[in-house]
Amino acid sequence: MADDKRIDEATGTRFVGHEWDGIEELDTPMPRWWLWTFYASIVFAIGYCIAYPAWPLMERATAGVLGWTSEGELEAEMARERTRSAGVLAEIARTPAEKILSNPRLLRVAEEGGRSAFKMHCVQCHGSGAAGSSGYPNLNDDDWLWGGDVATIERTIQHGIRQPGDDGTRMSMMPAFGKDGILTAANIDDVVSHVRVISGQERPSAASRRGVALFSANCAACHGDGGQGNRSFGAPSLTDPIWLYGGDRDAITRTVTNARYGIMPAWVGRLDPATIRMLAVYVHSLGGGEATPAPTPTPSPAPGNGQPK
Amino acid sequence: MASQNDPDSPARLFEARRKIFPRKIDGTFRRLKWAIMIVTLTIYYVTPWLRWDRGAWAPDQAVLVDLANRRFYMFSIEIWPHEFYYVAGLLIMAGIGLFLVTSAVGRAWCGYACPQTVWTDLFLHVERAIEGDRNAQVRLQNAPWGPAKIAKRGAKWSVWLLISVLTGGAWIFYFADAPALARSLFDGTAPFVAYGTIAVLTATTFILGGFMREQVCVYMCPWPRIQGAMLDEKSLVVTYKAWRGEPRSRGLKRAVEGEAALVPAGDCIDCNACVAVCPTGIDIREGPQIGCITCALCIDACDQMMEKVGRPIRLIGYTTDADEKLARSGQPALSPVRRLLRPRTILYFAVWAAIGLAMLFALGNRARIDLSVQQSRNPVWVRLSDGSVRNSYTVKVRNMEARPREVEIAIDGAPGVIWNEAGTRESAGRTVRMRVDADQVAKAQLFVAAPAAGDARQPIRFTVRALDGDGATAAGESYFERPEAGQ
Repeated sequence: MADDKRIDEATGTRFVGHEWDGIEELDTPMPRWWLWTFYASIVFAIGYCIAYPAWPLMERATAGVLGWTSEGELEAEMARERTRSAGVLAEIARTPAEKILSNPRLLRVAEEGGRSAFKMHCVQCHGSGAAGSSGYPNLNDDDWLWGGDVATIERTIQHGIRQPGDDGTRMSMMPAFGKDGILTAANIDDVVSHVRVISGQERPSAASRRGVALFSANCAACHGDGGQGNRSFGAPSLTDPIWLYGGDRDAITRTVTNARYGIMPAWVGRLDPATIRMLAVYVHSLGGGEATPAPTPTPSPAPGNGQPK
Repeated sequence: MASQNDPDSPARLFEARRKIFPRKIDGTFRRLKWAIMIVTLTIYYVTPWLRWDRGAWAPDQAVLVDLANRRFYMFSIEIWPHEFYYVAGLLIMAGIGLFLVTSAVGRAWCGYACPQTVWTDLFLHVERAIEGDRNAQVRLQNAPWGPAKIAKRGAKWSVWLLISVLTGGAWIFYFADAPALARSLFDGTAPFVAYGTIAVLTATTFILGGFMREQVCVYMCPWPRIQGAMLDEKSLVVTYKAWRGEPRSRGLKRAVEGEAALVPAGDCIDCNACVAVCPTGIDIREGPQIGCITCALCIDACDQMMEKVGRPIRLIGYTTDADEKLARSGQPALSPVRRLLRPRTILYFAVWAAIGLAMLFALGNRARIDLSVQQSRNPVWVRLSDGSVRNSYTVKVRNMEARPREVEIAIDGAPGVIWNEAGTRESAGRTVRMRVDADQVAKAQLFVAAPAAGDARQPIRFTVRALDGDGATAAGESYFERPEAGQ
């Protein structure tokens, strides 16, 4: 093209040969360093492909001479993290749970560790926010079947509830009053009425008054005379508005007829002691955790007149 | 360039650099450049070593970008991450300030203050000190490699490298306690990122300042392309006054002869001094061009020459397009005030000043305690055994003072009691207290319990009040939620 040969006088550069509204483009060459940078990029890319996994093949990508993998990097990072956290985890494992509560540094670690362990092992039943659902207790509230101080919670996690084969598990059985023929359907109806009266859901009626005696004879042994519950047997309080299996008439009738005994697995042996302790601290921190009861003082002989001092 | 001029040779796609050997020059603008170079380099190298006493709880470095703790210290000002808009504001001010300067006095940034210009200039001085001035440099360039050339080049590159290392080294001192970092750099215990940063900045300084020089301005920098939008007919640009200089007469002697023979001759004697001193290697007599950084060294060179030949100086000078038109028609130039004060500069200055004043105002009135509240959504509410309902909130209290503070958080707008994770329902009240360490954020889980009867969603307000001296307060809004009736 003859046009290509034309030279711009001012700069001595060729014209490209195009014109837009009287403006012509000059064929200004790229600087040489740009070219060399481009070559260097190519060399780098080739080196990168040799050093790192790059080309996808049928089964997997080329390995790369450095032997680097993202899995390996993750594993190395996890190993570093395990080494880093080993010290504080050992400290948590040998510090009693109630002592952790008064140690801000360990408390923070335990709460966070417990939070992530909870997400792994507990959310399946208790829900991601520990709010539970029918049959699975809400761990946020202040109602505890077996006790809500941190040591008690820890023991519950260790041994579970009614876990077969665990000697330390929390064990109790509610009789199936209807199914086993201990009470008639009419009796059960009366007891349910009474329970709904003491839990504030119904006004006293003839049925509930009939249920008083039945309750004393059949239920008070575990649930207490007033239905306030008993933590030694994990017997729930029947006087509060919190119901594990529902507090309406039908649900309570089913409970009394068939009995309820939920099972929680024992975690000792499956989780290490530090993790269980951290879980206990986390559950305790959800808002309903109770203070550790003061140890009962060992009885000492009362100073009497006849006693020599 | 030769083959470019030859229409028969194939066009070249890539052009080797035409090496530039700027000649040494002295003059008004050269001295101004020296002054600005000394000031800017001093600021750059010395700033991290300035101390500023902030008490026991904060670092004592005057200017510190504390990335690890997410704080930005600048003398008496301390900026938290959520206040980063101050930094954004400073950057916007820097941008608009650049517009203002460019529209008022042209590419003053490029010619005097740009780091590329400053370090390139520094490297040029080193080069001249070791290899000699322009002619000696050309001779050395053309000489074959031998002991003398190796020695000179080696010495030059060593000094460049030393400057580059110091430059890269100074940068990292802005990000950590300078004396401690300096010690750890030498005993090898500094973090890898420190050495890495030094290596990268050393390499860029060495390559950009030593070898690429004007190519950075011409090919890599976007600013010459943008500045066209800021320049107008009243902006100062370095201009060859062609109406005075043309036609050129080759050499002084010919000029005098020409004058005697009444041949029309301009003041330009075509001595090429302006081209020889130019750090970007351009010929200013070809008019405004992208390579011109308006450093004005050509003005110094031309003035020297004009003095020698007894002509008025400033054949090349800072002139505006408007002045050029006036001069061509024989009228006096505009006064500097009339040149500077025009709608464009006034507008840029107004915007620049408004942002600055707004930032100063905000800085003077900012609260040094802050509260943010986030309601826990999983679960939203919890029914307690006495029938009441409990919500839980994650509260963060920022204590932006350099001293620990005791604060009290109160609830407002909803009935109920509040307690924190360390307490229990029994210890609950209308307020809770907590301690926030100096310059820290304290996070607490707060529980609020209220009777179940009430709106399903009720606004609740948390206020935090410092219990010491100034009693600063801050508030955060949230909601208290209850089960719908029948739930």
